[in-house]
Amino acid sequence: MKKFATLLATTAVAGMVSSAAFAERGSDGHLNIIYWQAPSILNPYLSGGTKDIESSSLTLEPLARYNDQAEMVPWLAEEIPTVGNGGVSADLTSITWKLKKGIKWSDGSDFTAADVVFTADYCMDETGGCQQAEKFADITSVEAVDDHTVKITFSKAKPFPYAALVGGESPIIQKAQFQDCMGAKAPECTEQNFGPHGTGPFTVTEFKANDVSSWVANPHYRDAAKPAFASLTFKGGGDAASAARAVLQTGEFDYAWNLQIDPQILIDMEKDGKGTVVASFGTGVERMMVNMTNPDPALGDKRATVEGGPHPFLVDPAVRRALSLAIDRQTLVDVGYGKAGTPTCNVVPNPPQYVSDANDWCLTQDIAQANKILDEAGWVKGGDGIRAKDGVKLSILYQTSTNAVRQDTQALVKQWWSEIGVETELRNIDASVFFGGDQSSPDTFQKFFADIEMYTNLFNGTDPESYMNGWTCGQIPSPSNNWLGNNMPRYCNPDYDALQEKLAKTADLAERAAIVKQQNDLLVSDGAMIPLIHRGRVSAHSKTMGGVKLNTWDSELWNSADWVRLD
Amino acid sequence: MLNYTIRRLLFAIPTLLVISFIIFLILDLAPGDPTGQLPMTVPPEVREQIRQSLGLGEPIHIRYLLWCNQFFINEPINILEQMTGWKFGDEERLRVRSWATRSPVVDLIIERTPQTLWVVGMSYVVGILIAVPLGVISAYRQYSWVDQAGTFISMIGFSVPTFFTGVLMIVVFSVWLGWFPSIYDTTHVVEDWDSFVFQIEQMIMPVMVLALFNASQISRFMRASMLDNLNQDYVRTARAKGMTEQVVVLLHVLRNSMIPVITVIALNIPQVFGGAIITEQVFKVNGLGQLLIIGIQGADYPLVQTLTFIFAVLIVFFNLVADVLYGILDPRIRYD
Repeated sequence: MKKFATLLATTAVAGMVSSAAFAERGSDGHLNIIYWQAPSILNPYLSGGTKDIESSSLTLEPLARYNDQAEMVPWLAEEIPTVGNGGVSADLTSITWKLKKGIKWSDGSDFTAADVVFTADYCMDETGGCQQAEKFADITSVEAVDDHTVKITFSKAKPFPYAALVGGESPIIQKAQFQDCMGAKAPECTEQNFGPHGTGPFTVTEFKANDVSSWVANPHYRDAAKPAFASLTFKGGGDAASAARAVLQTGEFDYAWNLQIDPQILIDMEKDGKGTVVASFGTGVERMMVNMTNPDPALGDKRATVEGGPHPFLVDPAVRRALSLAIDRQTLVDVGYGKAGTPTCNVVPNPPQYVSDANDWCLTQDIAQANKILDEAGWVKGGDGIRAKDGVKLSILYQTSTNAVRQDTQALVKQWWSEIGVETELRNIDASVFFGGDQSSPDTFQKFFADIEMYTNLFNGTDPESYMNGWTCGQIPSPSNNWLGNNMPRYCNPDYDALQEKLAKTADLAERAAIVKQQNDLLVSDGAMIPLIHRGRVSAHSKTMGGVKLNTWDSELWNSADWVRLD
Repeated sequence: MLNYTIRRLLFAIPTLLVISFIIFLILDLAPGDPTGQLPMTVPPEVREQIRQSLGLGEPIHIRYLLWCNQFFINEPINILEQMTGWKFGDEERLRVRSWATRSPVVDLIIERTPQTLWVVGMSYVVGILIAVPLGVISAYRQYSWVDQAGTFISMIGFSVPTFFTGVLMIVVFSVWLGWFPSIYDTTHVVEDWDSFVFQIEQMIMPVMVLALFNASQISRFMRASMLDNLNQDYVRTARAKGMTEQVVVLLHVLRNSMIPVITVIALNIPQVFGGAIITEQVFKVNGLGQLLIIGIQGADYPLVQTLTFIFAVLIVFFNLVADVLYGILDPRIRYD
């Protein structure tokens, strides 16, 4: 723990030194940013959308955030509280943040502990529909010890107490501005939600929802020399390809976010020489979920539930391993992802200390081996080339959301699986239905009325505890819990649950990493999931712009105060 | 005529109420979830809380009546208050709010209308200005090279989708030539000559793309209608009276030919307000069309419901306008 704290402190200092060389606030003129998904609101507590969280991060800041190396750095706080420096109590039930002094809001008033306490109360009010509520789970009280000290108390030991008020998703909002917007009134405060006062480098002057916003440098920003840009336009709308074009080809914009398009198109655009494509990897993994329960429509209400019984052939470990082995992940990357992906065999692909190397067998495609495994397990090819055993055919319904890259992946996988005698039927469902929780729709990813489904999952920040919790027995979606729950494969292994319980009690980071690795290996070797691609974020910036450090652990705009114009 | 108009207007009220209820039902039955676009990291329990806070826990008839109250009573009062400065009672009136932006839908629509009217409306005007002369010449000189070229361009305008012509124009005029911006700046304010020139530059591509489409449709109508009239007996009579060709074509034939064309133009006006979903996306004009499509993608039902209903009102209204215009242009048609 102590080592961790020193590491945090050194990186924080390094961060300050490296960027102190620039002249004066507002000397670099105007900056143009394009997000092809247009921001709808500037209050991250009322919107979980990345576009909204990132745009509001230009002005709203958390106590601490993650830098581009996945390290936590103090932001509005003096330091990261740890057990070592006394900031976290020995029994792990409270954390005390010391705030930086002399910080002002963009309206000129002082930033104090009262604002921090208010922010927590605002999100913890149940009638407000706060979208970051999970970050505030298990908190019993948040109190201001003095003007610059905040103590958060938890109802149980929290080995990782850095969820609330850390990172771009839960920044501090100003009490004076939002105090009449608590609970059910939260959505009615349009003026506040569209123009929050912040402590960050920019402040919003005009916000047009789902379209464009205009910003100027915050006159009260804590560093008198920053930000280098005097004003900023944040445009939204269109699609990823046209956003890329605006930066890489026409040069109308300086920064474009999340350019997930055909890798070849991006390479061609970059050749025009106006901009640079940058990539960075977080925790997102495109994976297949393997249904351990029977999705047969004949089961009626028991379809795809534990009560409905096990899957007719996917419960066979040999089948799951053969399916994974038949996939050439590198080809999937080349076709659909380019710079934005690398092959992976892990459910937890990052941060580095959490990454297991026990599953690397899946990185190389081996059709012959896959065939051999199936032969040995007694799955025999019939006259139509499809393997079967005891009258059960290896015929898979493989579903995912509608998305060009995913449909390419599906087509390739179908081809490879046919080579090992597995028949595949492909299906794609509109994303708003597939990922939506509509109880009446049979096509949601929770109901999983298919054999295999594919999508990307990830965790925020660097701690995977709540992410790993998603595959415990209690998280299996079923009619009794309204199909809520993250355990799509309906995976249930007492060993795994025991590890999860152990994780919840362990504070030491090295030990936590060891447990997570074990859990990851269980998930992969048991074949509950077939990981495919570690997905990165690809953005582009103009060659006339400097200071961009693409960060997938926090808002991409996390260091906009350090952005400069080069020429 | 006045009686007829009043009767039609009164009859429109129940029609629109039924339409609003049907839209509401369709949206409610449509699969989709306002929390569907949230990142995976938001847990299901929080999603459920968000749905409850949006009022999705209420039964459908309550939600419909609530929307009716907000849209038919609260919003008009609010507009009246803003226009006159009067106050009607102190109690808070709930307005129709978008789920994604949490702001009043009507304000969003008002914010979006100018750019849609400028770009889509202008394209309609330009389209008409091209189509009418083109249709007249094409018909008068049937099978000449002008007619052939007009037919060819109409076919292209009809059959090539705007997402192709739009991107093609961007590649040619923004990427290769660098003449026009590829992204429309909705914050731009016209205050002097230079900013006016910039406004023209950023409007020219979306307007021309849409104008091509509109012109190809209307010029066909114009041509067909002119051809019908040119062979009529009254035209021969006019010529026999010794009138110049100019008078025959532009006064006698054109006026008669305009009757069906004007009806088509009037019936298409609601589409101008509906925006141009694809073209607005391509050029990032972010008008009403883009607002609607974002609402649909994000399952933002209050927004979609209100917008679609306003389109329905416009369609009903312009149908009436077309009918009335018909009567005015053609004295033979009388409704009373």
